Amino acid sequence: MQKDRKKAALHDLLLAAGVLLAAGVLSLLLRPGGGGAWAVVSVDGQEIARYRLDQDREETIGQGDYNILRIENGAAAVTEANCGDRTCVVMGPISREGETIVCLPHRLLIRVEGGEASGVDAVS
Amino acid sequence: MEKKSGRAARYALLTALALVLSWLEAALPLPAAPPGVKLGLANLTAVFALYRLSLRDAASISLTRVLLVSLTFGNAYSLAYSLAGGALSLAVMALLKKTGKFSIVGVSVAGGVGHNVGQILVAMGVLGTARLAWYLPALLVSGVLAGAAIGAAGGLVVRRVRL
Repeated sequence: MQKDRKKAALHDLLLAAGVLLAAGVLSLLLRPGGGGAWAVVSVDGQEIARYRLDQDREETIGQGDYNILRIENGAAAVTEANCGDRTCVVMGPISREGETIVCLPHRLLIRVEGGEASGVDAVS
Repeated sequence: MEKKSGRAARYALLTALALVLSWLEAALPLPAAPPGVKLGLANLTAVFALYRLSLRDAASISLTRVLLVSLTFGNAYSLAYSLAGGALSLAVMALLKKTGKFSIVGVSVAGGVGHNVGQILVAMGVLGTARLAWYLPALLVSGVLAGAAIGAAGGLVVRRVRL
């Protein structure tokens, strides 16, 4: 019995260590890149707008269900939202390529992308 | 007859407890927790039901809780995330428990991780992007920590509570 319990504890530890190791490897593979140029906004997987990060602005995304996106000092953040959990507000600000803010209740995703932020805003 | 009503009472008791724990967690979020990270207090009832009752009982208690919590605090999407998380979590826990190779803490750790993985998979489907994998490392770590905490608490409860 005692032996079984020790064995189980060892298995528990190995399991936890395995998951933590996987998390470590994944975060190395997925780590954000350098400074990004665009905040790309998509809803339900469809891109609806992209804003330059080097121009300060504030946009309200959506009507009934809304999130307010503020771009300031090269970083994007959601400053206000009427979703229940407001996780998106806590998540920001983001400025590096690959960083993401999600609002699951509103199916909203804001992601920083790289590339040259040249020319006019490509707002669709 | 006696047995049947006893069972109904146990269900009701555990479901009510799960609801209270869900509410408590929503009312008192963990201080300084990263976004989206929760302890999953209500999973204590799932772990308890899995060990002291049966997988079927654990599943119906979890299902009832998820439905009621989503109706009161959430929306259709939070229902989908919670269902996926709860289902994967229970499936993984039942599987690991069956091997007999893990303690309640290990089983609960796997459940915590399964819960978070299930939720992010549904979120990827809803948002139509695999980019959410970016959150996976944080969710894996928080799943391990929350699962260990719930498992340790669950071990005490399973040993001491007569129901």
